[in-house]
Amino acid sequence: MSSIGTGYDLSVTTFSPDGRVFQIEYAAKAVDNSGTVVGIKCKDGIVLGVEKLITSKMMLPGSNRRIHAVHRHSGMAVAGLAADGRQIVARAKSEATNYESVYGEPIPVKELAERVASYVHLCTLYWWLRPFGSGVILGGYDRDGPQLYMVEPSGVSYRYFGAAIGKGRQAAKTEIEKLKLSEMTCRQGVIEVAKIIYGVHDEAKDKAFELEMSWVCDESNRQHQKVPDDILEEAKAAAKAALEEMDAD
Amino acid sequence: MLLGILGMNSLDCTPATNSLIRSEADSQRTLYPYVTGTSVVGIKYKDGILLAADMGGSYGSTLRYKSVERLKPVGKHSLIGASGEISDFQEIMRYLDDLILSDNMWDDGNSLGPKEVHNYLTRVMYNRRNKFNPLWNSLVLGGVKNGQKYLGTVNMIGVHYEDNHVATGFGNHLALPLLRDEWHENLTFEEGVILLEKCMRVLLYRDRSAVNKLQVLFSLCGIHTSRLLGNCCTV
Repeated sequence: MSSIGTGYDLSVTTFSPDGRVFQIEYAAKAVDNSGTVVGIKCKDGIVLGVEKLITSKMMLPGSNRRIHAVHRHSGMAVAGLAADGRQIVARAKSEATNYESVYGEPIPVKELAERVASYVHLCTLYWWLRPFGSGVILGGYDRDGPQLYMVEPSGVSYRYFGAAIGKGRQAAKTEIEKLKLSEMTCRQGVIEVAKIIYGVHDEAKDKAFELEMSWVCDESNRQHQKVPDDILEEAKAAAKAALEEMDAD
Repeated sequence: MLLGILGMNSLDCTPATNSLIRSEADSQRTLYPYVTGTSVVGIKYKDGILLAADMGGSYGSTLRYKSVERLKPVGKHSLIGASGEISDFQEIMRYLDDLILSDNMWDDGNSLGPKEVHNYLTRVMYNRRNKFNPLWNSLVLGGVKNGQKYLGTVNMIGVHYEDNHVATGFGNHLALPLLRDEWHENLTFEEGVILLEKCMRVLLYRDRSAVNKLQVLFSLCGIHTSRLLGNCCTV
């Protein structure tokens, strides 16, 4: 998959002879090397989960949040370069408050995804800007129900019922496809996401990780919030148990 | 003349252009209020805070709007009551909604309490006054956070203080004397409501811009703010 685009990869404003923009592909590699981020759309809401790789034992749990609230009804989980991700989140927050102040209603998730994608794409058009080295999974609950979008560093955004980015995305996507999401509530979804993330975590290559999860669902009153501690602990326990079962086989 | 020049720092103000420029600058700032609310009265009681205000919006001497909510909850812990220009109060509510939203989005278990909101409002009011473009309101801010009761007030020139009982407008002259006599620590909820009702009745008698429909909000220790709406007929 890796090809060196010698000479055509120095600037984001250069196409290669076979029609690729290498700088954007390199930006996507930054996302591919980060901890897994998973999002699923359940019957009654969205669940987002992040495998937060802990680089230092001295880090306090709960710090370096990777999932951010964008507005009351939507949240964003970030993969890739954390600082780039923060910029994207800041822009999304600003778009959301601006929409609300102009139109008087919370920004529809589709509109928000389009604006974020448009902003990310903007940074691939000029030679003096570099593309964002981070991809984002955006989940929200508006009048049309729960919706899940993914925005890549190239600026494309698609709507999904299940999405994963980062190191373990292939394995995660396989797991998500096995789930019957249209019949699942977010309560169950939280446990499934935990299982997936614990499952794709590579014990050999990366030592410790912290699981960060959030949801927007009927149970949370359609507000984006961190998954409550008791439910989170329940999910972690179930995930660890499932892992041990698999190891025992 | 001074007010006109303040707005035009970079332009040369010759006497001929001054009057033209001045009228433009004037339309950018509040000169006088149009739709106003009258007094707000607030007291601390044993379990929290009680606020009362009538639901009238006067247009000069006409009692034009009779269902104006001048008391609103702010975030999880506070209540705000406003007298003065209603449109400025609506703008203040927009600022507060933005403030509370950004606070909530941290999702870290912390939230702004009444003391913080009061301080924020004081800064806003005072800074607007310094630009000669005030928000034409007198605000009462009360609430309970972590068991601590707080009741304060701030007005359009930025004067602010906290006390066990506060009032705006005519309430200062008619309600506060009553409260000074009859308020004590550990008022029960019922005693507090009766006391406030007494104040509002006196205000209805004597304040020409009072209407006979009340709004009362209470804020409890440890519980989100709630409200009860009362219809009070003339006695």
